[in-house]
Amino acid sequence: MTRTFSQVFSLTLVFLFIMIGFTGHLPAADMELLGAGATFPQPLYSKMFDAYNQQYKIKVNYQGIGSGGGINQLIKKTVDFAGTDAFMTEKELQSAGAPVLHIPTCLGAVVLAYNLPGSPRLNFTPETIAGIFMGTITKWNDPQIASANPGIALPNLTMSPVHRADGSGTTFIFTEYLAKANNAWKEKMGVGKSVNWPAGSIGQKGNPGIAGYVKQTPGAIGYVELLYAIQNKMAYGNVKNKAGKFIEPSLRSVSAAANVKIPDDTNVSLTNTDAAAGYPISGFTWLIFFKEQNYGGKTKERAATLAKLLMWSVGNGQRHVEPLQYAPLSKEAAAKSVKIIGSMTYNGAPLLK
Amino acid sequence: MVNNIKARLVRDVFFKSAICLFAFISLLPLFLILYYITKNGIAVINWDFLTSLPRPIGETGGGVFNAIVGTLILIVLSSVLSIPCGIAAGIYLAENKTGRLSNSIRLSVIVLQGTPSIVIGIIAYLWIVGPLKSFSALSGGIALAIMMLPVIVKTTEETLKLVPYHLKEASLALGVPYYRTLLKVVLPSGMSGILTGILLSVARITGETAPLLFTAFGNQFMNINIFKPIDSLPYRIFYYAMSPYPEWHSFAWGASFVLVVLTLSLNLIARGISAKWKIQF
Amino acid sequence: MIRQSKKLTRHIDRSERAFTFILTLSGGFIVLLLLGVLGTLFINAIPAIREFGVFFFIARTWNAASETFGALPFLVGTLATSFLALLISIPFSIAISLLLGEYYKNGVVSGFLRSAVEVLAGIPSVIYGLWGLFLLMPGVRFIEMQIGVAPQGVGILTSSLILAIMIIPFSASIGREVITLVPGDLKEAAYSLGATRFEVIRNIVIPYARSGIIAGILLALGRAIGETMAVTMLIGNSNFLPTSIFSPANTMASVIANEFAEATGVTSASLIYVALVLFFVTIIVNIAGAYVIQKLSIESSREVT
Repeated sequence: MTRTFSQVFSLTLVFLFIMIGFTGHLPAADMELLGAGATFPQPLYSKMFDAYNQQYKIKVNYQGIGSGGGINQLIKKTVDFAGTDAFMTEKELQSAGAPVLHIPTCLGAVVLAYNLPGSPRLNFTPETIAGIFMGTITKWNDPQIASANPGIALPNLTMSPVHRADGSGTTFIFTEYLAKANNAWKEKMGVGKSVNWPAGSIGQKGNPGIAGYVKQTPGAIGYVELLYAIQNKMAYGNVKNKAGKFIEPSLRSVSAAANVKIPDDTNVSLTNTDAAAGYPISGFTWLIFFKEQNYGGKTKERAATLAKLLMWSVGNGQRHVEPLQYAPLSKEAAAKSVKIIGSMTYNGAPLLK
Repeated sequence: MVNNIKARLVRDVFFKSAICLFAFISLLPLFLILYYITKNGIAVINWDFLTSLPRPIGETGGGVFNAIVGTLILIVLSSVLSIPCGIAAGIYLAENKTGRLSNSIRLSVIVLQGTPSIVIGIIAYLWIVGPLKSFSALSGGIALAIMMLPVIVKTTEETLKLVPYHLKEASLALGVPYYRTLLKVVLPSGMSGILTGILLSVARITGETAPLLFTAFGNQFMNINIFKPIDSLPYRIFYYAMSPYPEWHSFAWGASFVLVVLTLSLNLIARGISAKWKIQF
Repeated sequence: MIRQSKKLTRHIDRSERAFTFILTLSGGFIVLLLLGVLGTLFINAIPAIREFGVFFFIARTWNAASETFGALPFLVGTLATSFLALLISIPFSIAISLLLGEYYKNGVVSGFLRSAVEVLAGIPSVIYGLWGLFLLMPGVRFIEMQIGVAPQGVGILTSSLILAIMIIPFSASIGREVITLVPGDLKEAAYSLGATRFEVIRNIVIPYARSGIIAGILLALGRAIGETMAVTMLIGNSNFLPTSIFSPANTMASVIANEFAEATGVTSASLIYVALVLFFVTIIVNIAGAYVIQKLSIESSREVT
């Protein structure tokens, strides 16, 4: 071969070697875990994983692609763990092919955030929420909304409901609540990470997408995790619970709703709570991962790193939860989570002593 | 008759002003875009922005260092993967003007060039991410390489076609073997054109986001391992733009400024090269 | 000496063959790459093709929950946004091509305008989306408030506007090239008969350059159809048939960008089916454009000789 050609060739090779060289020794030097999924707890996770990196020098890359995306990528084994606000369905668990474990990390409230002049605090009944998101209530001064909000002057403004364009656990919590509290919703819309929204409803990606759009659009209303509404100084509404009270979503009202017995697999639904002071659209958010960690060429060291991270997130990591307006795990829930993490295996042998 | 001429002249003037008006209006968005990027971008750009990593929301500071590095890595990766093959295929086309394979290659180049970037993203996901079981810079680089390839092939072919035949003949007449003639005579004289093509294709892929959504994936940390997810400027802009936080919006503008400066300077260099070393014989 | 030269010849022969082999291999690789893309899309779309067949294009429900998929809303969304964008952009791109190809071929004005158009073409689509979010969206919302439709700000119109801005450079630069190709003697003949410039443009330049302008428009259309990021950010992501130009919708590209990461089974296959369709639509548009241009260059070269 001539010189130019071989030069180009060897340059290419050198580049590749440099790249592979980087690759070869890096994983040992700084372990990096990859997670993806729910945007509901994303602000918390980015805070937690940032703190974790500072303390333990382990990078945890978490991308908010929606709970549906998280579950799917975990099943396809492209991520080490996923985040979801909806417990995996039977079908999803089956298609995973191997047992998948869930541990809750925190609780949050799905709030109705809206953009109205003067940002009044409104009261919503299940019927009005269902009406708004089924497209039967189209104006802000609709009598159904007005009757629950005496004394508040509602503008004659077109309502623009916003839903999640991606498969979302937040949508799951929201639709599960509506199906429990409203028959029309149950029959027409159903429950799911994505449902068949009516025509004319806007779709946005992720909690941030909805919050961003509502913030910018007068008359828009969407459902997001409480923190997104608080951080963005958006108006959000009280929701009438089963006991007939209009409850403000807050750390306390979410914790009140969470006062239930936790089953061993932590699969528990908090929506439409019986608790008189409980906010009815609250839910757990989970981290999910495979029970048997030896798959796809994963090293034992990497698996152990994951287990340690999970331990930390239900233990010491919980101190980051409350400052961000999520509700921390109860002692019971934390204890159950520790037990679940303890059941993780590598080649059948327990991963953690 | 006089009236008629007047009417015609009036119409002529009217038409010209309409054309000028339309052209002016179509430049308006450009100025607005550049104005917004510069105004909002410069406001956040400082040393810290360029050299620190993203922070969780609610904390001040942070930057796009990892995204800049990621974008550079993706550029290098896709160039390494696409340039040798692209130039070789371009030479093949220039040397074999007709023939079944040449025609199929030409058709493939046209089709690949028009393929929507999101489709290429899916392909890279199915080919690389699925089997390797991980999102990675490599899969993003491959997606971008597929997008670069047709541009390089086409410019190489077109440049080499312009190289006069007598140059080649002179070399061959001296007894220089065919392949050496191509490599030592034809290719160097077309180098500026090929380089221009490469730079233009790099400029094209630098701003691509869609193929990276399911491949390079994004990463809030610094990463230089090509088998791991990696951040990139366009992805960061998308992520920040869709967020509800004003701080992040201004970061999106800052990152846009960096990205536009990068792509425009690539374009400028490409134009400079093609203007300065135009093939002249 | 003879042996040596024989050795050299053999060496050259070997290199020669290796060289040609590498060239052919690289060329063949590109064909294989395209076939691979096509094959991969097709194979992965098979479950959806089997399930929905051609009815995929006329079914109007896209419901992941019940796993019934019809791509009509996205087909309509794509066609509506790209053709509307084309309609909006045509006057502007023709104006620019005339200005650059006819009125000011050289000089400061043309240099400035040409670089401006090039800059416009070089801006990444995600930045167009960002700009659209913060400038175009409020603008459209303002219009919507004036005429009394829901002030959502996103939807077909917003996406079409951003697409129009993005494709102007493409059709304009091709238009400019074909307009400069119009033979001077034809134009001069018309001038000598006393035609005004407008009449020359209308009766000579435009008819002569028509097919080239159409080719430019076709290539711009191809780009508009496949454009993903800016549209995804501005279209409103609704899986229903749009009812007006203000309605939120989804294009084929944007639905893939939104849903591909989480799609499993039939949903995933259906999305890949959508990608396959998108691929074919852009292939047809691009090949048509390339064909027109090729024919044009053959014609013009014939006239020169």
